[in-house]
Amino acid sequence: MDQLSKEQIKKLIRSHKLKDNIFEILGLILLLCSLLVLLALIIDLSTDGAARISKSFLTNFPSRFPDKAGILSAWVGSTLVMFVTAASAIPIGIAAGVYLEEYAKKNLFTAIIEINITNLAGVPSIIFGLMALGIFVYKFNFGPSILTAGLTLGLLILPIIITATREAIRTIPSAIREAAMAVGATKWQTVKHHVLPYSTGGILTGIVISLSRAIGETAPVITIGALTFIAFLPNAPISTEAPFIHFDWIFSPFTVMPIQMFNWVSRPQQEFHVNAAAAGMILLLMTLSMNAIAIYLRIYFRKKIKW
Amino acid sequence: MKILFSLLALLSFSAQAAIIKADGSSTVFPITEAVAEEFQAFKKGQVQVTVGISGTGGGFKKFCRGETDIQDASRPITKSEMETCKGANVKYYELPVAYDAIAIVVNPKNSWLTSVSVDDLKKMWEPSAQGKVTKWNQINAKWPSEEFKLYGAGADSGTFDYFTEAVTGKSKASRGDYTASEDDNTLVLGVANDKNALGFLPLSYYEENKSKLKLISVVGGPKSPKKSAGVLPSKKTVEDGSYYPLSRPIFIYVNAESYKKPEVKEMVEFYMKNAITLVEQVNYIALPSSAYETNLKHLEKNKVGTVFKGEAEVGLTIKEILKKEQSL
Repeated sequence: MDQLSKEQIKKLIRSHKLKDNIFEILGLILLLCSLLVLLALIIDLSTDGAARISKSFLTNFPSRFPDKAGILSAWVGSTLVMFVTAASAIPIGIAAGVYLEEYAKKNLFTAIIEINITNLAGVPSIIFGLMALGIFVYKFNFGPSILTAGLTLGLLILPIIITATREAIRTIPSAIREAAMAVGATKWQTVKHHVLPYSTGGILTGIVISLSRAIGETAPVITIGALTFIAFLPNAPISTEAPFIHFDWIFSPFTVMPIQMFNWVSRPQQEFHVNAAAAGMILLLMTLSMNAIAIYLRIYFRKKIKW
Repeated sequence: MKILFSLLALLSFSAQAAIIKADGSSTVFPITEAVAEEFQAFKKGQVQVTVGISGTGGGFKKFCRGETDIQDASRPITKSEMETCKGANVKYYELPVAYDAIAIVVNPKNSWLTSVSVDDLKKMWEPSAQGKVTKWNQINAKWPSEEFKLYGAGADSGTFDYFTEAVTGKSKASRGDYTASEDDNTLVLGVANDKNALGFLPLSYYEENKSKLKLISVVGGPKSPKKSAGVLPSKKTVEDGSYYPLSRPIFIYVNAESYKKPEVKEMVEFYMKNAITLVEQVNYIALPSSAYETNLKHLEKNKVGTVFKGEAEVGLTIKEILKKEQSL
């Protein structure tokens, strides 16, 4: 092999450094581009809708008068649906992820399951809506209720939660598991005391990001028959009289934020379009604050890990 | 924790109220929404009303399964829907509630078009025009030799059904190479930004966008009361039937079984008694008060069924509708 002269080596380093810098700048530009899109979206929405946001906008029901119309039934509906979604998808998703990563043997059966989970993540959301219409609404007779919507969106985000759980578990060094086994821990004890606590940050991030996706979903919720005009709230889940906790709200009819927005956007009056923009800002705020929680949780749990 | 409890307090609802379910056409939605809003205020929360938008066709599917109490329809019930309802033993009252007009609009820069005949519209929209009739001067030699672009409601809409019935003579028969959208605001934008555009829209969308669009008068032809004179859509021309054939009645259908419930009965009566005010408030054209009285009489005398025999008739005037309704 020819000896490279000092000059040649320097030249080589310079050109590699240049490429390094170019990539860095390129990456930065791309990052700024995506941020700019978000910023443009926020500015566009707020120039249209910011003036419309007020306390009464949040506490009024929809109305035929644009200035009286509010999003109370929509944000309450969205919140309750998200609650059911989280309650159904999170336990199943984490359990499935843990099983696949820690317990399942690598064989044809688990390979098929894995492929299907990946495929499920790519199925368009409207397909989930059609399936839910057939199964939840008619077969199980849940009707077009909060329960149906929550379960549908829960199924929609299940693959995301499973994948996030598995990714988070994979980042734990196997030395930790081996150490636990070495002192006589069972598999379950290893999972409970080590694997799950150490991967909590990653899992929670996955959960919150998937919930942020679910809250903006429109197609499956429309398919199962969510309503457009609804000027009352579901019964409260908690009351001051026995038995204190009620579940009849899960069978209540409902609407969600994206449907309310869609309805307002398609009206002829400009004032309703302003309402839609304002509702969009609130929805964006809900999503961004969920993401903020995800970031906070990730930092919080990362700090707690002491290996 | 305090915030949580105050939130829960906000969610609390005192008594279990009866729920009335309405669903169906997006065209009729604003009227039923207005009635629902007022009726709930009138009943002070004793009765809850929900209004969905599934389209006229989608709504009838639910209605004929007995899932909804009130069906919003931008066209009369069709034969196959009548069969489905009959099969499920769902009987219904047919109540016209308002008039809607379809406006023909072009771009404000369009200087050659102020009036268009139904025959010209047919030449533009009929299925056989697809790919062949593409330039203005193919319709009328005086018009420019530029390509026109068509905008209209998509195939799931009752507006599309009615427009095609009135213009090409057969419901749903239309060329496919036009810009179709279920969102009428998209059509407004399309026509407003394209000099060679022509589109059809519900009249209320033109009225909210007068500065962006130019309204074209329609020549109805021999069957029209004004023969070969162009007529612009307005409250007056729709009421006297001269805006022919692009004005249509819109309906609600009430499940006869549901109507036996006191809250549904009360709401439907409330609907008929307040329709004139509420219909005008949401930019539709109200029927004369005698029409709502006829409706109330039908309800009282338990006259179920449809007067249309499953066929949408084009260009019915309000008088003809009234006469038809009385025949039940």
